[in-house]
Amino acid sequence: MAASEVTMRVWRGDAKGGAFTEYRVQSQEGMVVLDVIHAIQATQAGDLAVRWNCKAGKCGSCSAEINGKPRLLCMTRMNTFTPGETITVAPMKTFPLIRDLATDVSFNYEKAKTIPAFRPGPKEPDGTRRMFQEDVERGQEFRKCIECFLCQDVCHVIRDHEDNKPAFAGPRFFMRLAELEMHPLDTHDRKELARVKAGLGFCNITKCCTEVCPEHIHITDNAIIPLKERIVTEYYDPVVWLLRKIGVR
Amino acid sequence: MAADVKYQTHEYDVLVIGAGGAGLRAAIEASAQGARTALVCKSLLGKAHTVMAEGGMAAAMGNVWKEDNWQVHFRDTMRGGKMLNNWRMAQLHAQESPDRVLELEEWGALFDRTKAGLISQRDFGGHRYARLAHIGDRTGLELIRTLQQHAVHKGLEVHMECNIQRLVKDGNRVSGAVGYFRPTGQLVVFKTKAVVLATGGIGKSWKFTSNSWECTGDGIRLALDAGAELIDMECHQFHPTGMVWPPSVRGILVTEGVRGDGGTLTNSEGKRFMFNYIPDFFKAETADNEKEADAWYEDKKNRRTPDLLPRDEVARAINSEVKAGRGTPHGGVYLDIASRRPADYIRKRLPSMYHQFKELADVDITKEPMEVGPTCHYMNGGIRVDADSTATCVPGLFAAGEVAGGLHGANRLGGNSLSDLVVFGRRAGLYAAQYVKSLSGKLTVDAGQVEAGVQGILRPVQGKGNENPYAVHADLQECMQSLVGIIRTEGELKKALEEIAVFKQRLGRVTVEGGRAFNPAWHLTLDLLAMLAVSEAVTRAALERKESRGGHTRDDYPKADPKWGKVNVVLRRKNDEISVSPEPLLEMPDDLKKLVEEKQ
Amino acid sequence: MKNEPFGNQRGEVIPRATLRTDAWWIEPALVILLLGSFVVYATWVALQNAHYYAAPYLSPFYSPCLATSCQHVTWPLFGSWWNLSPAFLILWVPGGFRATCYYYRKAYYRSFLGSPPGCAVRDVAKSYTGETRFPFLLQNIHRYFFWLSLVILAFLWWDAVLAFRFKSGFGMGVGTLVLLVNAALLTLYSLSCHSCRHLCGGHLDAFHTRPAKYSLWRTMSRLNERHMLFAWISLIWVGLTDVYVRLLSMGIIRDLRFF
Repeated sequence: MAASEVTMRVWRGDAKGGAFTEYRVQSQEGMVVLDVIHAIQATQAGDLAVRWNCKAGKCGSCSAEINGKPRLLCMTRMNTFTPGETITVAPMKTFPLIRDLATDVSFNYEKAKTIPAFRPGPKEPDGTRRMFQEDVERGQEFRKCIECFLCQDVCHVIRDHEDNKPAFAGPRFFMRLAELEMHPLDTHDRKELARVKAGLGFCNITKCCTEVCPEHIHITDNAIIPLKERIVTEYYDPVVWLLRKIGVR
Repeated sequence: MAADVKYQTHEYDVLVIGAGGAGLRAAIEASAQGARTALVCKSLLGKAHTVMAEGGMAAAMGNVWKEDNWQVHFRDTMRGGKMLNNWRMAQLHAQESPDRVLELEEWGALFDRTKAGLISQRDFGGHRYARLAHIGDRTGLELIRTLQQHAVHKGLEVHMECNIQRLVKDGNRVSGAVGYFRPTGQLVVFKTKAVVLATGGIGKSWKFTSNSWECTGDGIRLALDAGAELIDMECHQFHPTGMVWPPSVRGILVTEGVRGDGGTLTNSEGKRFMFNYIPDFFKAETADNEKEADAWYEDKKNRRTPDLLPRDEVARAINSEVKAGRGTPHGGVYLDIASRRPADYIRKRLPSMYHQFKELADVDITKEPMEVGPTCHYMNGGIRVDADSTATCVPGLFAAGEVAGGLHGANRLGGNSLSDLVVFGRRAGLYAAQYVKSLSGKLTVDAGQVEAGVQGILRPVQGKGNENPYAVHADLQECMQSLVGIIRTEGELKKALEEIAVFKQRLGRVTVEGGRAFNPAWHLTLDLLAMLAVSEAVTRAALERKESRGGHTRDDYPKADPKWGKVNVVLRRKNDEISVSPEPLLEMPDDLKKLVEEKQ
Repeated sequence: MKNEPFGNQRGEVIPRATLRTDAWWIEPALVILLLGSFVVYATWVALQNAHYYAAPYLSPFYSPCLATSCQHVTWPLFGSWWNLSPAFLILWVPGGFRATCYYYRKAYYRSFLGSPPGCAVRDVAKSYTGETRFPFLLQNIHRYFFWLSLVILAFLWWDAVLAFRFKSGFGMGVGTLVLLVNAALLTLYSLSCHSCRHLCGGHLDAFHTRPAKYSLWRTMSRLNERHMLFAWISLIWVGLTDVYVRLLSMGIIRDLRFF
């Protein structure tokens, strides 16, 4: 097995302050960054705080910033770095720091509460719900979301502009809104919510959310832009506005 | 909060511990019944191990095969479980799971659809008909997200990253729980009239496991300490197909859906070896040649492929092939779907498998076969509960999901766990709420018990010693993997018990540095208490059952013994010792017996 | 127990604009170079008001040519009173279409406005309101620019047809090919537009009952995946087309005739 020594610069500290600390550890073939962090925990820093669960890219717990890029620790393989390169691991910037690599992501759980639930219409006469594969596929893409909140972390609207947090739900929840908005059986109109409370207009579609998504969901193209387009029809289309004024629906 | 307050307190009617599928469903139900309910989970909400479930949830809805019904599902479950199951649980499960699936749809789950617009169902090991409602290969994620969103919408109170370390009792009844919040180390006491344990599995005691760090068996420890009983702990399930390469991902699950969708197991000689491992019990319903096996996917009049025998059979077969020197370079066998199905189909049906192999192992499963081998996967046994109410023998203590035993008997069929979660999760919430309503008199939270709980939690940060918890954990995993693995012998099991006793002493010498705020060494030390309890329980039960059945294989007793087929191995804690006793199974009514015995 | 959920405490702890170690600045730099040069060139071409027609080829910067003063009049809508370059009569359409395009928005927000310069690189501006206010609120009229550019496209195809008509009769030269490719690339760019995808079926919640719209939407979705690619190659090609016609009309090069 090919083993090599790597140098890791890991952020250690809490809200009061901290610094990057260097660790030298052995990396074995096939290892991911999370394995190396675990090796540091086991041998050099037992109290190094990091969240993780499944270690298979399915739960979205181990979000952090590796060499400045928001990524999952468990899905970043060590062999993607140049040998001898010092690898910097920092906590997500957008959320308040708890300790070391763990941040307080309750912002996201608060935003989740603001989205009204799925509200289906009446059932079919035979008591079933009929939906077709082509109709559920769009929503299914968004439901692949593992809630790692990397998209929320990278989004400059809140990453660099703290003051926007109350008025902006972030890409993860635009995706949720898009899913419900496109749901063939949902009866609730969420366009007003998306525009006003969730602050979709803040998004300038610079696509970083899509770039960092570990599930490769096309957040911008398939969720945000279609949602923007639906809002255009509802609020910003002069022809639609005019037609409605004269009573055409 | 003031720093001088030693612990926070909260008061509820029902406290649900664990926020996987079962915990969420229980909390939703208890809350809907009008009980003041709170959900406590060790991780963030929505990260529980349920997200790892891939293939689907079994429910005899008959959307794909209208011949399917609850009786067939019941029969499959009982036969898959080698008749050790609690028949009443198997019956309730088979009868109620279709409603639970439809309920998820009602709450927003987007299942894959049939051409007629109904919920699609897929083939899985041990199920006679295509029965698993699914969403690609990420059904668990869909289930947990749907329940999570429903719970949030209903305003359910959730305490995240909170670890319960001790239940408090008033007399013989449950009255509270003591724990701490992982981010801050803040202690917390819950005063509650009922507790639902939904803490999931125990896989973290083994080295090669599909389970996440959370699966430390906290519920097992809490239940034993509170006086509840465990059953079938020896029948631990090793899933036949886990990743074997590279080493850092060894054990990560490869869904049975790969075989359900046409993948086959082959050895290094390129032979489909499963044809050599068809046990007599399943001979009548299993194809004995490749032609019939392949035709079965399209036409269920053929007998099913042996690649989809129950998991215990397949896991043992793979184990034997590797031992006989017909394994792959990394000690597994090949699972090949690339040569059997078009690339587009594979990517569409198995997107996360495609993704997982591509990103973690550099393997394109549409072009090359996967290397797979058995991995520690699921606790078939667990806390002994009443089938209808999920109540344990401790008043006020309920258990549902993986932590509860009985439904699966000696071996669980794939797809039966997700339906288990929602069927018995709902029942746990319902009956816990009813129990609370029927309760009279006042419950007190005994200060002495709280203090003992607090002392237990704080010991590792105050202790003096030089033991490293990570080292103890690694050694425990090594021990359980090599001595209490897929094939067992009396000598090895006895050796494991001795080692576990040593680990207990070592754990007492652990001291952690770095304070109480988000300190993983401290968390691990406390989790190890549960892992050691679990390891001991499994080992003692395995030592007791002197036969091979389902997930339990004894090299020194390689055959199933009808005498042992009539009993559950039951465990209890008595004066700090775990005692073991075989106890007779529940007697099955004649009409159900007939269903199971019927030749198809 | 909890920190303030809407607060941020690491910003001060690590005061660097980014911890990225890769060359993230290459992308915005390239966009500034390419897009910037194109805008400068297009403005110059529009102001030039000369060398845009070399029979039978009309430069796309002047098509359709709507003033009587045109070297090649497509449709004399504007009389001799229009004494500016006829390019200004139409260039606002493709200009507006591209300026409000969902792809170009990303490109120039990142590179010209530094909002953000790269992913996980700090915004240049201190405050940010995105597209919630004027002038960026106007981005919402993108779909009208889409409709208008379809009209322009029709003329460009017409130009490509006319490019087969030489003084000597039916024929084909390199210029014909250049105009054909130009019209084709601009068509791909326009049809792959996000607004077009919405209008073709994206606005529906259920496709099952609308099979025709569904297959149209699927086609547009596939094109849409390459919107960025089409945006760049059509941009470069339209520039090169003008260069080709310009050089022909200035007599610097000669058109090669196939037949």
